[in-house]
Amino acid sequence: MTKYLVRRLLTAVPTLFGITVLIFIAMRILPGDPLARVGGEGQGQYQLSDEELKEARASLGLDRSLPEQYLGWMADVARGDLGHSFWNVEPIRDAVIRRGAISLEIAVVAVALSWLVGVPAGIFSATRRNRLPDYVTRLLMTVFLAIPSFWIGLTTVLILVLAFTYRPPLVITELWQNPLTNLQMVIGPAVALGLGLAAGLARMTRSSVLEALYDDYVRTARSKGLREQAVVGRHVLRNALLPVVTTSGAAIGALLGGAVATETAFGVPGLGTYLVQALNSRDWMVIQNLVLIYGAIAVVVNLLVDFSYAWIDPRIRYG
Amino acid sequence: MRFLRSSPLGALAAVILIGAVLAAVLAPQIAPYDPLHNDYTAARQPPGLLHLLGTDSLGRDLLSRIIYGLRISLLVSVASIALGVSAGVVWGITSGYIAGTYDLLSQRLIEVLTSFPTLILAMLLSVGLGPGLGTVIVAVGVTQVPLATRITRSVVLSVKQAQFVEAARCIGASGPRIMARQIAPQCIAPVAVVASVNLGAAIFAEAALSFLGVGVPPPTPSLGNMLGGVLAQSFQPPWWLVVFPGAMIALTVLGANMLGDALRDYLDPRLTSRPRPRRAASASTRSSEAQVEPATPAVPSVHLTQT
Repeated sequence: MTKYLVRRLLTAVPTLFGITVLIFIAMRILPGDPLARVGGEGQGQYQLSDEELKEARASLGLDRSLPEQYLGWMADVARGDLGHSFWNVEPIRDAVIRRGAISLEIAVVAVALSWLVGVPAGIFSATRRNRLPDYVTRLLMTVFLAIPSFWIGLTTVLILVLAFTYRPPLVITELWQNPLTNLQMVIGPAVALGLGLAAGLARMTRSSVLEALYDDYVRTARSKGLREQAVVGRHVLRNALLPVVTTSGAAIGALLGGAVATETAFGVPGLGTYLVQALNSRDWMVIQNLVLIYGAIAVVVNLLVDFSYAWIDPRIRYG
Repeated sequence: MRFLRSSPLGALAAVILIGAVLAAVLAPQIAPYDPLHNDYTAARQPPGLLHLLGTDSLGRDLLSRIIYGLRISLLVSVASIALGVSAGVVWGITSGYIAGTYDLLSQRLIEVLTSFPTLILAMLLSVGLGPGLGTVIVAVGVTQVPLATRITRSVVLSVKQAQFVEAARCIGASGPRIMARQIAPQCIAPVAVVASVNLGAAIFAEAALSFLGVGVPPPTPSLGNMLGGVLAQSFQPPWWLVVFPGAMIALTVLGANMLGDALRDYLDPRLTSRPRPRRAASASTRSSEAQVEPATPAVPSVHLTQT
């Protein structure tokens, strides 16, 4: 086990390195000179002179050679310094922590909801295979997989606005300040995201329960006279839910970074809306570090998922 | 016909998609108005006889815009799938066949690419390459490359040692020829499955990008960009501008997903209701690989990473 863990950990290192290099190159090559954008866009009231440009470039460290810039960036990140936004003085790290907490909360609530709805739905559907309830559940799964969660968001807000002249709260409320207001902010995106996720989980649960239902140990359990409820609850589920558990873990990671459109639809100040704002205002420092965080989250989540698989399934460990 | 009878959902999907494609192709003929024509005297009208689905804040006919938007959305998603999957197939075949350092580097690069959430990757590319239809196609296409590459590569690894490949090598066929004539045909079925399963995801990605304002640039209508900024318009947002384009996205994605599922069941019965895709994938490639790679899902659980 330890050997596998170490080997898998080591493969994450080149991936992380590749991520940083890719982001760095993309940020330097794709959009051109960030200052050209800063100087060229905006109000156009004030043109930077050559000296000012040079000074500004030096202050941002853009006059150094590319390897120096890269190493400087890495050194900053290693120290936990994510730099400053171009447009306001708040350190990016503080914004990421503040907004990340909201996104994390949404992701956790969404995954919890998807469990509450998806897993029972999957079991329900599988144990009634090819009968009417199964067809209805499967149809619902297919439909909810197809509905974009940001559209659920837009429609929800629309209904609230038209029916109750309600607007989502503009002020950020922390969980510990006022749980109720905080819930108001989080529950919408969480439900919108959770529905699609629940459909996916239900589908997965259904197929893995179905496969487990015909395994030998289930037949054994049945033949020793266990009630069907006990067979499903104790023997089938224990094995069938393993992939579901790990997928949910991965989903939290994906939702942390991937809920961009839904957060925007609800106007929730999470990490996703931060990225959208940064992209629209060409705030390269924010983009660069946010994308790095997304990449790092994905690497860590993949690691954890693989570890959990190795822990569950000895065939991978000794493969 | 057997296909239709064996999967009624697939048939329904086919009907939805054929309808969507027809509407998209025949847009100039069936759209009642010019989708770009502003008519300020008829701005923000609710659905009625004159404008079946109402008009937007510039007085443009919503039904016409949805028909033309469908056209753009389908064009972008199909083109990006074609682009991304063909790039992935070429990459996967060469990587699996040539092996060695090239394969190792390719695998690492793919892993790096998959580390970004797809929407984030697409957003970055889209912003970096500048606004435009081609940009969106490339941005969504790139997100399709890793999976296509991985699937192709695993097929290559499993047929590389097969006798017919060896026979071709024995009669002196060159590497490129073997890749094109012997190996590529083996990849068609699994790749077709990936392409069809991912079509819905591509439609979805285009919609999300355009909704966020980094996709298809206005005034060109796309199903996604029609939804952008609608709620910010006023205190009484016109509901029809939110409901109809979004419903169209859902319907198209639904059709694409169902068709993908049906095609998967039809073309590759082995992949049907596979509860542990990760294991299935690693088990099939394990024998020919030195290192363990449990992180490759065989077929993605569609939309599990919704936006």
